[in-house]
Amino acid sequence: MVELVVYGVVLGSVIALGAIGITLVYGIVRLANFAHGEFMTAGAYLALLVVTVVLPWLGVPDGTFGPLSFGVRMLVAFPLCMGVVAGMAVLIDRLLYRKLRLKNSGPVILAMASLGISFIIRMLILIIWGADYRFYRPGVLRPAMDLPLGIKIRPDQVFIIATVLVLVVLLHLFLQKTRMGKAMRATADNTELALISGIDTEAIVMWTWGIGGGLAAAAGILYGIDVQLHPGMGWNFLIPLFAAAILGGIGNMYGALVGGLVIGIAEQVSTAWLTPTYKLAVAFMIMILILFVRPQGIFGERSR
Amino acid sequence: MELGGVIAYIVSLVIMASIYAVFCLGLNIQWGYTGLFNIGIAGFFCIGAYTSAMVTMPMPGGVLAKYVHQLFGLNLPFVFGLLGAALVCGLVALIIGVPTLRLNEDYLAIATLGIAETFRLIFNNERWLANGPQGLMGLPQPLHKLIGERHYDFVYLGIVLAVMLLIYLLIERGIRSPWGRVLRAIREDEISAAASGKNVFRFKMQSLVFGSMVMGVGGALYAHYTKAISPDVFTPLYGTFIIWVMLMAGGSGNNKGAILGAYAIWGIWIGSDFLMDMLPAVIRDKGPYLRFLVVGVLLEVILVYRPQGILGEEKKVSKLMDS
Amino acid sequence: MSVLKVRGLWAGYTELDILQDVSMQVKAGQIVSIIGPNGAGKSTLLKAVFGMLKPKKGRVVLKNEDITGRQPNKVARKGISYVPQVNNVFPSLTIQENLEMGAFIRTDDFSGRMDEIYSLFPVLKEKRKQKAGQLSGGQRQMVAMGRALMLNPVLLLLDEPSAGLAPLLVSMIFEKIRQINQTGVSIAIVEQNAREALKMSDYGYVLAMGRNVLDGSGESLLNNEEVARLYLGG
Repeated sequence: MVELVVYGVVLGSVIALGAIGITLVYGIVRLANFAHGEFMTAGAYLALLVVTVVLPWLGVPDGTFGPLSFGVRMLVAFPLCMGVVAGMAVLIDRLLYRKLRLKNSGPVILAMASLGISFIIRMLILIIWGADYRFYRPGVLRPAMDLPLGIKIRPDQVFIIATVLVLVVLLHLFLQKTRMGKAMRATADNTELALISGIDTEAIVMWTWGIGGGLAAAAGILYGIDVQLHPGMGWNFLIPLFAAAILGGIGNMYGALVGGLVIGIAEQVSTAWLTPTYKLAVAFMIMILILFVRPQGIFGERSR
Repeated sequence: MELGGVIAYIVSLVIMASIYAVFCLGLNIQWGYTGLFNIGIAGFFCIGAYTSAMVTMPMPGGVLAKYVHQLFGLNLPFVFGLLGAALVCGLVALIIGVPTLRLNEDYLAIATLGIAETFRLIFNNERWLANGPQGLMGLPQPLHKLIGERHYDFVYLGIVLAVMLLIYLLIERGIRSPWGRVLRAIREDEISAAASGKNVFRFKMQSLVFGSMVMGVGGALYAHYTKAISPDVFTPLYGTFIIWVMLMAGGSGNNKGAILGAYAIWGIWIGSDFLMDMLPAVIRDKGPYLRFLVVGVLLEVILVYRPQGILGEEKKVSKLMDS
Repeated sequence: MSVLKVRGLWAGYTELDILQDVSMQVKAGQIVSIIGPNGAGKSTLLKAVFGMLKPKKGRVVLKNEDITGRQPNKVARKGISYVPQVNNVFPSLTIQENLEMGAFIRTDDFSGRMDEIYSLFPVLKEKRKQKAGQLSGGQRQMVAMGRALMLNPVLLLLDEPSAGLAPLLVSMIFEKIRQINQTGVSIAIVEQNAREALKMSDYGYVLAMGRNVLDGSGESLLNNEEVARLYLGG
């Protein structure tokens, strides 16, 4: 059981990272981004491209950092791919969502458009890489470390938790201490007042997409490091991501963090009784339960 | 290719397009008239198909019982299959409607998505329910014994068209009634509709349930056409996304548009298949992905440049009211 | 010298025009009140001036510049600040952060300005780390005005600042408005509480059914029998 909880924390931190992006975008852009899972997939596959094709071609050496399954190549690929997906998210907004916003299309049209984007991205990945499972480093043995309290955890997984922690702290500092971060919080609070105050809300929207996309890419890469890559991976995360965001209170970044961990742990623990394929259904059940019991989520306030 | 073959092919095309038209009609009730965002159509597709299958097939007996597992098998006629499919889908819609309809539309979307994915998992994993990944085969077809195999497809086409027409007429009747006007009022301005005393929740629920029942019938029609169903048939692409594109292309808020969109998009879909055959192999291998990519881009273009679709929303809605 | 000139404005949210041929003027250093019955279009007038909705006909001129229909975040840069009637603070941000957001488009050091705002509203200074959403109605109104003042506007648009406040707070708010005006800020104020508003106004406009009905100095409107009967009941 301890093992399940530990792995639940690992999975949960990946979910949390994605959920934070979803909740930020929803709070500021007012869009339920059904393409968010695909941002994760895109990040993972772009990292695959960089690590297995681009960097070797540039002559960057292979190797691993101690017990971790990756080396300097992934270290370069990680922030690079976060940046590329961030840019991609901003571009999609400029080319598509912004046009719809200017036409005053309703939230459903926007969400529908994001659904279309999710299929477009997934088809592109299928076209380029095909449907097989991929690994960053195939055929490597990744033994677990034995830690006190009976915790068994792989070094990669410690890295995952640490990375998510670092990213969350950075985001927190950004939102609390920087001018742009405060403007983002202000826009999420009251978009009209932000406009009245002279804030360029379109710029805020771009920042939001950038951060959301970047975090999603990071989540995808981390998952790929731990498990594997396949074109449907992002789509399978969609329900847990939304469940986590709703559980924590939509629009609330810290809620998404907590929600992600709860969903991750719940999913893992459920495998003690259910087959692992049902993890998604467990996340869904939790979401329906929360909608029945406390629809505004743990940290949310009643009706915006 | 000889004429008989061509005709048979066209018949099969029209059958599939008509089945999809039924789905579009159901979605139109939910989205076109009430503004509900259901992205779990594949779930109702799946449930409708399986329900009809198990209502119309007998429990496997003898040697077969070892290889095929089913929850129940009622061996009832085709009509009961359709009814059963509609009923069960309506029930499922009722259940997800309760927590989600009072919240904003995005929540319903995620809930319907969850339903679709969850049911696909259940049907895939629980062998005792409907034979798991192998699915069910040998579904009975109405009037098959009378007609025989050779010309059967024409008969089935007739059945499908009849069902589609019946549903179309029922919906058209419903939309022109006071009930239909309230639905539209809710979609236009929910707050005013509520302020004028309408129980918005109840109307939304009715729309969700009726729409899902129609989708269930669509699923049943599909199952009895292909005679074999399994969980991997009901994917988000073929079971949800393409139907949305059909409705948006044809004209949401317009039953004729729903049917037109189904025929048009299915025609484009099949046509693109032929197009792929003419391209070099390296592109042809990625055929289905490329075609869906194009369909996705098509949807975005429609949303930006012509969200009302080809026919647009129906203007004259009641003999008593103009526009 | 006129700070704001509105000429023949027609505006509405749909095809229906709420404002029909409305004109008004604010001269430098004045407090101008806009009063009238509910639904007269008073708030709509402020919104049309500030660019929250695009007028269909007519002109809005700030000092000598035509700003008709310009986007709000551009208008804010020109020297007008607007305080809406409701939802006029950022609830999850602290008082300090609310003021910082007010100064968002400033590129210079605004700490001096912030000190000025705090000396105008001392109670905000002691609560400055509190979230704006937790404040009382009167304090929230002060934050809303403080936020608008961070940009050193030449013209301040206030939409029913006394709405929902207890009578004691109403006098306090009006006193603050006088103080703000004394620092040189011209003010256009829409008010339901017509009597109090006219008492401190240099000039007033009466709007009804989206049209100009009457205008005159604050004093003359206060003493006007028609006005007293119809609009000064409260």
